[in-house]
Amino acid sequence: MDIKCHKVASGKASGPALVTKDRISFLGNVNPETGVVVDPAHELFGRCIAGSVLIFPGGKGSTVGSYVIYQLKKRGVAPAAMINLRSEPIVAVGAIISGIPLVDRVPDDLLHLTDGVLIEVDANSGRITIL
Amino acid sequence: MYLSREEEAVARGERGDTLRRMMEILVALGDIYGAERLVPVRSVQIAGVSFKNIGDAGLEWISDLSGQVVVPSILNPAGMDLERWQEMGISKDFAAKQQATIEAYRRLGVTIDCTCTPYQLYDSLASHGDHLAWSESSAISYANSVIGAQTNREGGPSALAAALVGKTPLYGYHLDENRKPTHLVSVNANLSGSDYGALGFIMGSIVKDGVPLFQMRSRPSKDELKTLGAAMAASGSVALYYVDGVTPAPPTSPAAWEVIEKIALEKPDIDEVYEKYPGKDADIVALGCPHCSQEELEKIAGLLAGHKVQKELWVCTARKIADSFPDLVARIEESGAKVFCDTCMVVSPASERYQKMMVNSGKALSYIPGLCGVRAGFGSLEECINAALGRN
Repeated sequence: MDIKCHKVASGKASGPALVTKDRISFLGNVNPETGVVVDPAHELFGRCIAGSVLIFPGGKGSTVGSYVIYQLKKRGVAPAAMINLRSEPIVAVGAIISGIPLVDRVPDDLLHLTDGVLIEVDANSGRITIL
Repeated sequence: MYLSREEEAVARGERGDTLRRMMEILVALGDIYGAERLVPVRSVQIAGVSFKNIGDAGLEWISDLSGQVVVPSILNPAGMDLERWQEMGISKDFAAKQQATIEAYRRLGVTIDCTCTPYQLYDSLASHGDHLAWSESSAISYANSVIGAQTNREGGPSALAAALVGKTPLYGYHLDENRKPTHLVSVNANLSGSDYGALGFIMGSIVKDGVPLFQMRSRPSKDELKTLGAAMAASGSVALYYVDGVTPAPPTSPAAWEVIEKIALEKPDIDEVYEKYPGKDADIVALGCPHCSQEELEKIAGLLAGHKVQKELWVCTARKIADSFPDLVARIEESGAKVFCDTCMVVSPASERYQKMMVNSGKALSYIPGLCGVRAGFGSLEECINAALGRN
């Protein structure tokens, strides 16, 4: 199944879906060395975002979050791709400087997808494929 | 967003990977905020300098970049005086990482002036009507409001992208339609000095990201406007304000304004800030938020003349100003006070070892408790100096 979307950061990647209805503050919510969500109040607490297609409404919090995404990528524990309902500047900038495909303007239903479903994100052609 | 043929080529990567990513940042932000196109900027001020704020993650990113800035670009304050960091009690490890951050910016062609007051150093960075990409919230407010230039509140990467590409997306405060007053504020009191910081401290939390237009009985100086704007950008996120008859006027006629609130303030409202945050028991006094001008250094030197401080007293300014007036610095330091450059009490971890800091700045009053974990007291410049001299 194909879903249309809007490119924020270019690239194409696939991986298992990891879905949350909570916004993410990469500074504070995620350990930059391991990719594990460390905020007990977050829906993804204890989960590792490495290699996933991370689906979340959008970012929040400190602008330093952009650099944390870059650090995750350099440690090899970043998501393979990210999908937002609506991207805001922190995650958008983080994805771009890290070379992680990021798309937004997708239907809200995507937040009800089951974790682990294989997804391909092709930001360049504005298409998400559920494999 | 519309891109010229030349901009398209950059976006396709024909001028290298760094520029391709920088253009991608500008286009992504332009799309998010609905910009129609890019606009050339006259200068850039880059955030993400204090190692306390950017950490290892930010340092890694900046160090990995290649290229040269194409417009005059300077920096926000760093986490320490780049020369006298040992006197500030900064650790060797922090100092090494702060120096590495500065070197990474130097390699990109950025001028190493670390200050929140670029307009006090160079007239050439901003004039009325110029488009800019500035980052430090008080500098943004001053550029938009007092100089009449046009800048959004840029983050570190978006400012650096503007510096390397020479352009920024045309949205927000770059457009007259977003520069209309939203709050009318009448101030029925004679104010001076730190009173403007108190006024900004109050108004920022009311106005939030709105555009206040002040009717004032007294006529603020440039330093007082600096203080007012800095406080509103800290207790709120005000990036533009007007003072009737003092700053450049709004670009549209009153009929086109969409005013959502009218506010009247009296002297007791201002006095309340001093009463709520007494300077008593402070173990350090810190001045220069935003960085002191020559005039402010002169005032401080005058008040300290012939006296010795009984408490730690920091005076923060830009290195270029300190270097231009070595006599003033010497006169201040004769009292035992320290003139620190490149940094300030808000962004330096050196503040964290004190219990309570007395300041004359509404901006520092907003930030010190949250960012440094230090209690804050508020007073006029004279009260701050008296506290440092052990007179209270």
